[in-house]
Amino acid sequence: MQKGLLAVLFLWTISAAAQVKISGKVVDNKGKALAGISITLKNTYDGATADSAGNYSFNTTEKGAFTLEATGTGFKPFAQPITIATTDIDLNISLKEQVTDLKAVIISAGSFEASDKKRGAVLTDIDVVTTPSANGDVTEAFKSLPGAQQVGESEGLFVRGGTASESKVFIDGTQVNNFFYSSTPGIAQRGRFNPFLFKGTVFSTGGYSALYGQALSSALVLESKDLPEKSEADFGVSVVGVGGGMQHLAKDKKSSWGFSANYTHLALAFAVSKQRQDYFKVPIVFDGDVNFRFKTKGGGMVKMYSYFSKTNVGYRTNDIDSIGMKNAFSLQNINQYHNLSWKQPLKNRWKISAGISFSTNKDDIENELQDGNNNKQIITTPSFYAFKNFSLAANGTFLQNRIMLEKKLGGLSAIRFGTELSNSNEKSAYALYDGTKFSESIKETMAAGFAESDIYITNNLAAKLGMRTEHSALLNKWNIAPRASLAYQLGKKSSAGFAYGIFYQNPERRYLPSSTLLNFAKATHYILQYQMLSGVQTFRTEIFYKKYDDLFKTGFNNFGREVVASNNGSGYAKGFEFFWRDKKSIKGVDYWISYSFLDTKRDFLNFPSAIQPSFAAKHTAAFVFKKFILPWKTQFNLSYNFATGRPYYRIAYDGTQNKNVFTDRGETINYNSCSFSVNYLPTIGKKDTKNFAVWVLGINNVFGQTQVYTYNYSTDGTRKVPVGPTSRRFAFIGCFLSFGTDRTQDAINNNL
Amino acid sequence: MKKLIISAAFIASSIVSFAQNDKYTAAMQKNISAMDTSFKNPANLLTLANNFERIGTAEKTQWLAFYYAALCQINYGYMQMQGNMGVVDAIADKATLLIAKADSLQPNNSEISCVKSMIATAHMIVDPMTRWQQYGQEIEQHNAAAMQQDPTNPRPYYLKGENLKGTPEQFGGGCKTAKPELQKAMDLFGAFKPASELHPNWGKQRVETLLNECK
Repeated sequence: MQKGLLAVLFLWTISAAAQVKISGKVVDNKGKALAGISITLKNTYDGATADSAGNYSFNTTEKGAFTLEATGTGFKPFAQPITIATTDIDLNISLKEQVTDLKAVIISAGSFEASDKKRGAVLTDIDVVTTPSANGDVTEAFKSLPGAQQVGESEGLFVRGGTASESKVFIDGTQVNNFFYSSTPGIAQRGRFNPFLFKGTVFSTGGYSALYGQALSSALVLESKDLPEKSEADFGVSVVGVGGGMQHLAKDKKSSWGFSANYTHLALAFAVSKQRQDYFKVPIVFDGDVNFRFKTKGGGMVKMYSYFSKTNVGYRTNDIDSIGMKNAFSLQNINQYHNLSWKQPLKNRWKISAGISFSTNKDDIENELQDGNNNKQIITTPSFYAFKNFSLAANGTFLQNRIMLEKKLGGLSAIRFGTELSNSNEKSAYALYDGTKFSESIKETMAAGFAESDIYITNNLAAKLGMRTEHSALLNKWNIAPRASLAYQLGKKSSAGFAYGIFYQNPERRYLPSSTLLNFAKATHYILQYQMLSGVQTFRTEIFYKKYDDLFKTGFNNFGREVVASNNGSGYAKGFEFFWRDKKSIKGVDYWISYSFLDTKRDFLNFPSAIQPSFAAKHTAAFVFKKFILPWKTQFNLSYNFATGRPYYRIAYDGTQNKNVFTDRGETINYNSCSFSVNYLPTIGKKDTKNFAVWVLGINNVFGQTQVYTYNYSTDGTRKVPVGPTSRRFAFIGCFLSFGTDRTQDAINNNL
Repeated sequence: MKKLIISAAFIASSIVSFAQNDKYTAAMQKNISAMDTSFKNPANLLTLANNFERIGTAEKTQWLAFYYAALCQINYGYMQMQGNMGVVDAIADKATLLIAKADSLQPNNSEISCVKSMIATAHMIVDPMTRWQQYGQEIEQHNAAAMQQDPTNPRPYYLKGENLKGTPEQFGGGCKTAKPELQKAMDLFGAFKPASELHPNWGKQRVETLLNECK
């Protein structure tokens, strides 16, 4: 017995001594040595880490069949069965690169992203609110990037020779109508939504994804925040009004609710910054919103957002056709917007996302011709004076449903497809000075289907291919729009990109109804991009060509209203742009420069021929500078926007030639605007405080430079009046406080 | 005889299991003792991280192996911050995977919360201007959890103190605010007894250095 045990022990010792050496070299698929790769004999302690030359080596006493594994960040795991006997094993390993978020080339031809999380984003969320020319407005911030025009006389994004209506806004996948406050003549309106609602924004200047449609030029895609990081209440007072709200995060961090309310009254601001218009109703806006979000089982998310708004405004301007008379315009707007979205991962790497948005918008407009004592005047000779007295009640509803399925394939590749159905009903009642009423209702049902695939061939080569089809009940037509985007990594930091796509759009509501059979207006985009990205510097340049076909031409209907008459318009836009952002070269300074060159002509609406439209400048440039001075807890922001003069035209019908002609034309002076803002954060870094304060002082057009956007002509064409900003400068001062409620709650609980 | 065989088998099996345990303890000890010297050499630290991960994967139930694997990974990440910031996020993600394994074996552990805090700190340092809001919050939560899970653990106070020391004074950092936390850590180190020789017992020297710098 004892002998036997000894023998066993002896044998065991021998076998322990009989080590086998396993060694080799680890390389990538190009044969380059890989350091730091972990080599493991599966289910044992034995293994090694590859050295800087990719070599590994270890000894093992194990015998028999095993699996040798090799793992390293960014590479696909490697496994090979081996049999360990008595001889040393020499095994070279070649690892395949994993296509990962952190390494893969970014498809970005034609698009700028603002995000805190995404690699390749050119702006962060906070940039949107600290760019002084933006005044806290999402769309205005994007005007400091190449592609968008410095149009000041009306709202919206005029992108690469496109009109504002060629840019559409999407929140969580569904289209938003009335993203801006309702138009008033000669004054650009702000976007309705608070920039802090969104966690990621993509501003596409062309070649955008098949997921979106009905925009010939540009898509602004906003993604709302998921659950807030903590419960928080905030309150703000400024020269334009007061506002406040709160977000409550449930204890289990699986749901949240929140609300906010804002009351804007511009009396004080207008007292400080003298307005050109004579306001008999100083703008008063009430906005309120509520939201509710929760995580579902299995990692899904449901988000609900509802927004309500009421605006009242009225102002007088000098009547352009007479001396001493005035034009009095007033508007009341009531708007609501609701969005419900749901995202849910399913089995086998499938994911479903669905959304529904509903909005209504009601505008009540009154316009009067008044004398020097502000009394209404009805002058019937000449008759155009009388038509200055009118009222318009417009009432629109928009409903959109959307469902999309997505499947992740290997790496980052994915396919997604879905469908979308939207219904809109736009009613309007127009009353003339004599009480004659015109009512109409434009209904549209648009169905769309789309499919898109992300194809990552390697970390260096990626493509996004898509197809979209739409059916418009209004036009009774189908369209098919292919989209493609490619990206190729050239060097460690540089990449090249290409985008192509066909885009379709319906006529604008204001030129409907039309008595003609119409087709979609169409644009074809070609974009070439070169980009250099490091964490602290971004350089990007693009050249683009956009071809417009089937643009809408207008004529006058029997009631003298301008309506779409044909699809005979066309046009083009071509140019190049560059963008440079640098957070590194000057310590503590962050700045960016953008420049756009645009060559565009189009023949659409009432244009007599193809011309450079009045909303397009040849050269546009912006410079933004930000510096945080730590000891002062203050950030200084400066932005300078420049654009060369834009053309303006007087187009009138010539009865002898039986067509529209130019009776006058010209070009405005160059546009220059310098804006400045200071953010003071007194509470920053205060120990044990969850409260946070920001003081903001902003001045637009600091130097009071004269700005002319365009000219308005009198009815007979003998007079022209420049259209400029509503005040020479605009000053803003405000204080915003936020109170984290987490701590307080803890303190209360601890003391009970 | 039957009895003898059974008891022999029993003895043999306990020898095997003892040997197994012994092997684990020996391997852990060897790697833990190598940690101190590895802090000067990133490659060695990564080797240790991989060694610990191998032990954890083979043993399946030993949280400490995954804990040390994550700790070595994240320290390796800190060492990449000079000149190789681009890889830090990926390393921190790897450490997150490892600490999650430790966490599932040993939930609500103060030491594990400390490593989570270190991971969040690494993520924040990559881009403090845009990330402090999110990760600052996370760091604080993990530190607070670690303090609550084991009030005798000096390491969360050390981590809090070190973060404060690295924060500019204008943001409420600097020696003035860091010192009380570091002192608290020092006091706790005085009384701290690790549960076993394999349990975490590091950081005292670093706190001494930091306190000296704050004199």
